[in-house]
Amino acid sequence: MHIPDGFLNNKVSVSLIGAAIAVVVLSVKKIRQRLFERVPVAKKKLAVAEGIDINDVEVSFKYSLTKIGENKIYKMAVIGAFVFAAQMVNFPVIGGTSGHLLGGVLAAVILGPLEGFLVIAIVLALQSLFFGDGGIMALGANIINIGLVGAIGGYYIYYFFNKKFKKKLLSAFLAAWISVILASVVCAMELVLSGTYSFGEILRAMILIHFFIGIGEGLITVCILKLLLRYCPKILKNEK
Amino acid sequence: MKNKEIKIILIGALIVGGIVSLFASSFPDGLEKVAEDRGFIDKGFSIISGMMPDYLFPGIENEMLATSLAGIWGTLLVFVVIFIVGKLLIKRYVLDDSGKSEKK
Repeated sequence: MHIPDGFLNNKVSVSLIGAAIAVVVLSVKKIRQRLFERVPVAKKKLAVAEGIDINDVEVSFKYSLTKIGENKIYKMAVIGAFVFAAQMVNFPVIGGTSGHLLGGVLAAVILGPLEGFLVIAIVLALQSLFFGDGGIMALGANIINIGLVGAIGGYYIYYFFNKKFKKKLLSAFLAAWISVILASVVCAMELVLSGTYSFGEILRAMILIHFFIGIGEGLITVCILKLLLRYCPKILKNEK
Repeated sequence: MKNKEIKIILIGALIVGGIVSLFASSFPDGLEKVAEDRGFIDKGFSIISGMMPDYLFPGIENEMLATSLAGIWGTLLVFVVIFIVGKLLIKRYVLDDSGKSEKK
């Protein structure tokens, strides 16, 4: 679903670049806060002749990286690498069309919604810069569709289903499926706003094909989560 | 590398990017297909085609090898870039007790 350059007009591209930057900045801020904890540090004043009384020790706070915070960076890097690799593997769906994993729900379930978003955004940026996959002007749109809708939106769909059914894998499947369809709807809207094609028809076409691609997304997401549960259970802990 | 699981997943990612990617379907993806059917696929282009357009490592004749190398290179690139971004996020970030961040 990577939009190339040329599909969107400048107005739509530039607004979405702005929107993407805003979401990236906000998520970076939030992620950063969560990586640190507040630790009290005793600051000692210079000792004076009369000796030290309690007033000489003043406490200030330092923010230091938590253990979870340090591991999280490795986790984000490796999940990003995996999503990139998995996105290369197009699987055939109906009618001579293929799809590939977008990975939003996968990344968000493992890392948390904002971390998942950031990872997807970096993957998209690198694909656009180094592999000509997805336009550089369309990068904002792609980050919004695949990152914001796919990862953050997908995460909350997962969260909703998981609360209701209490079944993680089923919820991840449904969330992955629905998030791909939603991303395709948003993508169709961007195309229509750019005057590329008329609304009804392109919306129907995008939903129809992504209905099937989404099933693939759901199945792959569940398979990978199952493999991780079995072989790498630690990475799925402290999900938030 | 921090722990075993990170290594396992990274190796998994390299296998997917370097080997499984060879079996990828070459059909157009959902958006490309819709664009083809509606006749606007030709509007699409890349302002920056990048080092490895279409996930082919440059200067290699054999297409399978080129795909495989591009997959491995890209997987490692993503890992390293996110790692560096992560390290930059946490570097030089000290807050004083008033809660204001201060660069050191």
